[in-house]
Amino acid sequence: SVAPLRHWHALAQPIRHASGNVRTVTLIPGDGIGPEIAVAVQRIFEAAEAPIAWEAVDVTPVKNPDGTMGIPKAAIDSVNKNQIGLKSPLMTPVGKGFRSLNLQLRKEFSLYANVRPCKSIEGYKTLYDDVDLVTIRENTEGEYSGIEHEIVSGVVQSIKLITENASRRVAEFAFEYAKNNNRSKVTAVHKANIMRMSDGLFLRCCREAAEKHPEVKFEEKYLDTVCLNMVQDPTQYDVLVMPNLYGDIISDLCAGLIGGLGLTPSGNVGTGGAIFEAVHGTAPDIAGHDKANPTALLLSSVMMLRYMDLYDHAQRIETACFEVIREGQTITGDLGGQAKCSEYTDAIIRKLEAGQ
Amino acid sequence: MLNHSLRSLATGLRAGLASGVRGRRGLSLSAVHADEAVHLGSDVTPRPKPWFRAPVTLIPGDGVGPEIADAIRDVFKAGGVPVDFETFFLSEINQASSASLQTVCESVVKNQVCLMGHLATPEFSRTGSLDSLGMKFRRELDLFANVVRVKNRQGIPTRHNNVDLVIIREQIEGEYSALEHESIPGVIECLKIVTEKRSRRIAKFAFDFAVRHGRNRVTAIHKANIMKLGDGLFLKSCQEVARLYPNIEFETMIVDNCTMQLVSNPHQFDVMVMPNLYGDILTNLASGLVGGAGVVAGESFSSDIACFEPATRHMFSLAAGKNLANPTGMLYASANLLSHLNLPFHSQMIKSAVDRVLRSGKHKTKDVGGHTTTKEFVNAIIKHLET
Repeated sequence: SVAPLRHWHALAQPIRHASGNVRTVTLIPGDGIGPEIAVAVQRIFEAAEAPIAWEAVDVTPVKNPDGTMGIPKAAIDSVNKNQIGLKSPLMTPVGKGFRSLNLQLRKEFSLYANVRPCKSIEGYKTLYDDVDLVTIRENTEGEYSGIEHEIVSGVVQSIKLITENASRRVAEFAFEYAKNNNRSKVTAVHKANIMRMSDGLFLRCCREAAEKHPEVKFEEKYLDTVCLNMVQDPTQYDVLVMPNLYGDIISDLCAGLIGGLGLTPSGNVGTGGAIFEAVHGTAPDIAGHDKANPTALLLSSVMMLRYMDLYDHAQRIETACFEVIREGQTITGDLGGQAKCSEYTDAIIRKLEAGQ
Repeated sequence: MLNHSLRSLATGLRAGLASGVRGRRGLSLSAVHADEAVHLGSDVTPRPKPWFRAPVTLIPGDGVGPEIADAIRDVFKAGGVPVDFETFFLSEINQASSASLQTVCESVVKNQVCLMGHLATPEFSRTGSLDSLGMKFRRELDLFANVVRVKNRQGIPTRHNNVDLVIIREQIEGEYSALEHESIPGVIECLKIVTEKRSRRIAKFAFDFAVRHGRNRVTAIHKANIMKLGDGLFLKSCQEVARLYPNIEFETMIVDNCTMQLVSNPHQFDVMVMPNLYGDILTNLASGLVGGAGVVAGESFSSDIACFEPATRHMFSLAAGKNLANPTGMLYASANLLSHLNLPFHSQMIKSAVDRVLRSGKHKTKDVGGHTTTKEFVNAIIKHLET
């Protein structure tokens, strides 16, 4: 049976609080430029008077009693209690025994859907001006199950796992998201002509979910067709739902259309809560130099505010951020400007204070 | 077997005589090393008309395939191209009218060259097989390398300009191994197979291609950070082969980063080599950058067979029979075919005719934003052939 589905706007406890009730959010400061951009976001939230209290946790792997490396219990407890997290980029230590931290977080909190809204940002010009789509990617299984064997020397088999439960869950989520965010169409991206059984199952689950939500249009497209058409005319797509690997590639493709991972927000929804994150790297070369661009983490935190029904604050912060980018006076190096991270943050804070 | 080698020797001699040049230009189609495929470069100097006619297997395919095949035949006839097509209708969605795979493969093995359209893959198979007909065809003939040369063409408006890259894709194994099973109800496992032998083969092919065509850099595309053993093996094989070519720069890139880079800055790439699925994604992406599926040509190679086809495999069933299809990609593919058959004069004739028609901008088919029909486009090409 399918695990109880977390509706995009419904949590076990009511989240509409009277003003003055502060919600606690787990903050993972991350590595490299992670801590700097996390501080920037906290400052902006303070200026916007968002009712958020931050609980910073360290997710550096520690040795579990059974000898494996795992996320510290304090971090797990924090996220389970608060059910919302904001994560800065993490660096996976290279070496034996360290499974990707991102993968571990995903497994721990059953984060089954990764949502990445990609909208062209006015003020940061790319070759594509009219992108406005959302990629929803199944986050737990598929090609990233990590099951690989060397059968004989020189022959490796990687197993791609597709289950009905996970496919149905993410398909349902995609349609719910589309309904709750005024999106008109959901496109299932697959390669069922080649991987007949696995993608066939995924597709069937999408079709069943489509039947339950007739008010949202549904179409099925092959992965290669989507790639071909996306770079020619991104406006023909709205919400895209797909298994893990295709989702990874397509969501990065869409991020590239709007200007890269430094500007793309990302949210992971799970049965135990939601974690919003910046998906760019830790950029160790500019860490500590006050050069980082906090936009991705900021937009992810805006997504988080919307998830918590704090629409007013979300709108104000987002507007302030986009205005600063549009004006182009105080923007960071990667956007073509020369401002420091703190100067960019100050500019956004000024806009917020001016708007109040 | 003996007939085969005698025939190839004869072809080589004839080709050598026709070109008048010894050495690499006179190389026959099958006198090659076991793991290397031949692609003769194109030459612009006109040569005298050769005295043989080359037999070529033609597989029109599904969807708009038959119309495009007709277009090619018309252009070849008008241009006096000395090619005899042996046509076979091969199809998985129209199995009743299809020739048997055996017959077609025998023809291709005999002729060693073929021109083919896309074979549509239905989403389910009447025989319950997980392999599509296209995959069976490629595996039967061991067409392991798919080469797509992505170049901007003058006259086709795109967002990116001066794109010039080559995508080389391993197309036998990887994710397309068609090994799937339902271990328990509701749980399906799909196996992706990566072997050292095939990874080295495609890597060697890519580097040899780079050397032969004067390219400077090969980029291996992978996702070895997640699929550590599978793509890790592919990457390792590429790195080992790269050591044999110290003059060619070698670098690696993760596939999702690669898609981002391709849409923002495709000029940083030269030759790219990758396993099956990523090849599918990136050939489609790159084709979209330069104008779409109707514009780019592709080729598939085995050790002794060359197959010329459209770069991306789409059926366009909606356009079938409506005189809307764009034959540009297939025409470039046929020009490459002629160049491979050592008919440089005719190859160049067709290529410049297509270039000129595109440049004039007067005949644009629907997919590139115009209203020209297939027939009008073909007539325009034929007119340019005669001048």
